[in-house]
Amino acid sequence: MACIELNDVTKRFGKVTAVDRLNLSIEQGECVAMLGPSGCGKTTTLRMVAGFEDLDDGEIRVGERIISSRKARFYLPPENRNFGMVFQAFAVWPHLSVFENVAFPLRIRKLPKAEVQARTEEALKHTNLWSVADGSPDDLSGGGKQRVALARALAIRPDVMLLDEPLSSLDPHFREEMRFEIKDLQRRFHHSILYVTHDQSEAMALSDRILVMKAGVVQQVGSPLEIYGAPANRFVFEFIGLSSFLKVGLRDGKMEVGGASYDPPSPPPSNLIAAGGAWLAARPNEIAFTSEGGAACTVARKACLGEVIDYRVRVGAVEVRVQKTRHDPGPAEGEACGLIFARPRWYPLED
Amino acid sequence: MTTVVPAQPRFGTAQILFGLSVAILVIVVAVPVLLIFFNAFWVNGAFNVIDVVRVLSQHETYQALLNSLILASGVTVTGTIVGTFFAWLVTRTDLPFKGTMKVLFLVPFMLPSFIGALAWKMLLSPRSGYINRMFMDVFGLDGPVFDIYTYGGIILVETMYLFPFVFIQVAGALERMDPTLEESARISGADLFTITRKITIPLVMPSILSGSLLIMLYSMAHFGTVAVLGIEVGIYNIPTLIYEKIHQSAGSFASIRTGTVLASVLVVTAAFIMWLQNKVLSRGRYQIIAGKSFRPTQLKLRGLRIPLLVFCIAYIGITIVLPTATIFMVGALKTYGLPFTVENMTLYNYKFILFDWQLTRDAIRNSVSLGFVAALITMFAGVIISYVIVKMKVRGKGILEFLGMLPFSVPGSVIALGVILAWSGKFGINIYNTVWIILVAYIARYMAFSLKANSAALEQVHDSLVEAARASGATMWQALKDIVVPLVRPGMLAAFFLIFLPALRELTVSVLLYGPTTRTIGVAIYTLNEDGETVYSAALAGIALIIIVFGESVIKRLFKVARRG
Repeated sequence: MACIELNDVTKRFGKVTAVDRLNLSIEQGECVAMLGPSGCGKTTTLRMVAGFEDLDDGEIRVGERIISSRKARFYLPPENRNFGMVFQAFAVWPHLSVFENVAFPLRIRKLPKAEVQARTEEALKHTNLWSVADGSPDDLSGGGKQRVALARALAIRPDVMLLDEPLSSLDPHFREEMRFEIKDLQRRFHHSILYVTHDQSEAMALSDRILVMKAGVVQQVGSPLEIYGAPANRFVFEFIGLSSFLKVGLRDGKMEVGGASYDPPSPPPSNLIAAGGAWLAARPNEIAFTSEGGAACTVARKACLGEVIDYRVRVGAVEVRVQKTRHDPGPAEGEACGLIFARPRWYPLED
Repeated sequence: MTTVVPAQPRFGTAQILFGLSVAILVIVVAVPVLLIFFNAFWVNGAFNVIDVVRVLSQHETYQALLNSLILASGVTVTGTIVGTFFAWLVTRTDLPFKGTMKVLFLVPFMLPSFIGALAWKMLLSPRSGYINRMFMDVFGLDGPVFDIYTYGGIILVETMYLFPFVFIQVAGALERMDPTLEESARISGADLFTITRKITIPLVMPSILSGSLLIMLYSMAHFGTVAVLGIEVGIYNIPTLIYEKIHQSAGSFASIRTGTVLASVLVVTAAFIMWLQNKVLSRGRYQIIAGKSFRPTQLKLRGLRIPLLVFCIAYIGITIVLPTATIFMVGALKTYGLPFTVENMTLYNYKFILFDWQLTRDAIRNSVSLGFVAALITMFAGVIISYVIVKMKVRGKGILEFLGMLPFSVPGSVIALGVILAWSGKFGINIYNTVWIILVAYIARYMAFSLKANSAALEQVHDSLVEAARASGATMWQALKDIVVPLVRPGMLAAFFLIFLPALRELTVSVLLYGPTTRTIGVAIYTLNEDGETVYSAALAGIALIIIVFGESVIKRLFKVARRG
């Protein structure tokens, strides 16, 4: 059964459509990350789920219950949605102690004192904050503050956790640590999580499914492996991981690049053959050098990045990025050789 | 081969600059204030606290202290409520025309409160106030409805002009506050009322407190409104009693002593308030500002939207438009007390005080030249002193900082009194009754403004900019001239106008220092009103308002251009 369902959710700011007919359903216990460049509408979507923004079209349900609907003109206010939310800038209250921050939502719900005490204690222990419960959150590091926010969201035992770039304000060092903590907590409590981020590795590490957005429109929804291995379009390919693109002509079963024609590494889709041209896309580490055959190229630059060696290779007028491990010494700078694309993907030129 | 580095000379540029700055501050600021304490606590060459207690327990002084406290507390409470309410209204609700309202609520800062008091006297004085007379005529009442010559009246008028202190602070805090602090409370299940009570108000409390302490500080030391509305019925506060003592007893020893004792109380109270304010600001200010922000959730006023808009417009109409219009209308009357009809109005008054009457022409000339010269001197002295404080590594610069900021906590009447003690012949120089004594007092009073503006500008100039110039071959002076000065020029300009404009409308200091030919605009308006020349007083006030508003808009334009350039 779907825990949250978004049907044709649309939001406009003036003439700009920030979110355009977005459909998504999240299962109980599933973590879905919304990934995209800033301004793509991912945060707006999250805020619509939270109830901070109205919808201009569509509806949002939790289980069988509608919580936002344009048609029914119904919006459950955020305070009645029973969601836990964690914000990028922590949003812990500096005038309250760590304990009082976490106890706040429980006190608002007018729970009995003993239960407030017990549940706050539990949430603080799960987030390793019990020892600083009486201190001010202002004395904690960024990671500590975000743990307070996390504990506060956990304390109400929410149906759904909404996380709005929760790790972006943290030092890179803390980010990975917090990532594991969030994942652990989710496994333990089996929450449904909607997670907004612009960091692809964060999205890949944490989520069961990723939704990639661009300019308010969903580009692809799928497991991390699907998103990385079979990007739906050129944008997704480029946004996730490193990428190299080659603009090629397709004629008579051959691909033309830099004035020469070769056998294509894999058969292009027939509609692209009909169009006469396509983007050839490949991950830099899935491109191999060869001394015989392959697309003719010269090595423009070669740089050692430590574990990998990074090449800028010139094919005709364009530059392509190739990466090899340090154990695989390729050609030298200025050397001419051939390129073989191991697992290429084809995208239409208008992408 | 070793390079011989010449030892630092004992008296380099740094030391000379330092000495100069200390000298300016000591002579202009420290000596007068010290003389006040000295005169208050030193009787016949001996330290004497009992006599201070005796002076304080006299009914007159005791009552003035009490009045200052009553008035300041009243104004602080009402000003804080009004300021916080309007700040919340323009930042957190969907009130129409919020931007315009926000600008309008700051207008009272521009208007001198004693001119406002004058207008309210014309409108609400029990016998002749226009509004009171109207009510008596229309409803056939025997007595006046309102009496402005009361504690309540004074508090009301001061509130109108002082509430922006709280308004600015709170509106700023509410605007900069990270909206997710409130959103996280909302998603935790709290409704808007609970959020306001438990999250928003506690978080902006430091700003509210700091603003209300400023109101208190200002009101405690405020002369104009109490002088216009209180003296007539015997309500004196500390500054007005000092004025009364100095003026009526022609500089007798007893009255000067009473004055210095009152002034000491004022200084101590003001210093305490300043200290409290600093504490609130440094300890209580939470880090509630965040970068990425959606706009905070606005409270939908729904049915209250239009009534509250009408309320705001009415408030602005009554507190700003009505008094201003009254000043101009009364200034155009042939005789005070006549009804406002066309045949009773004339522009002759304005022409007379601008071109024909020596007294008012002197006043305008005095104020403009005093303001200009004081601003110029203070601006340059301020740059030098700020440079020493901010950029130079000399020992003892903490003293400079303390001396420079001292006048912030020393009320105008205290400075005036101190200047009288220091410059009326006791130390060989007597400039009493000349325009120079007012100039010295202005410099002392406004030095802190200049230091603040200049320090802020200098702190923006990173040391490496000067170091880069030195590395490029510039000498210390060339680096100052070509790098530092051009970069702090906006700060200097700001300092100039921060001094020039308030000096134009100054009353508290000059009213204690003026002589027969050295009236300032403020003094002229005040004394004309005292002498019953209400119409001329209003006309001059009208002209002062025009000069002030014109000046403010010139600056705004200037700073816009400067920022763009």
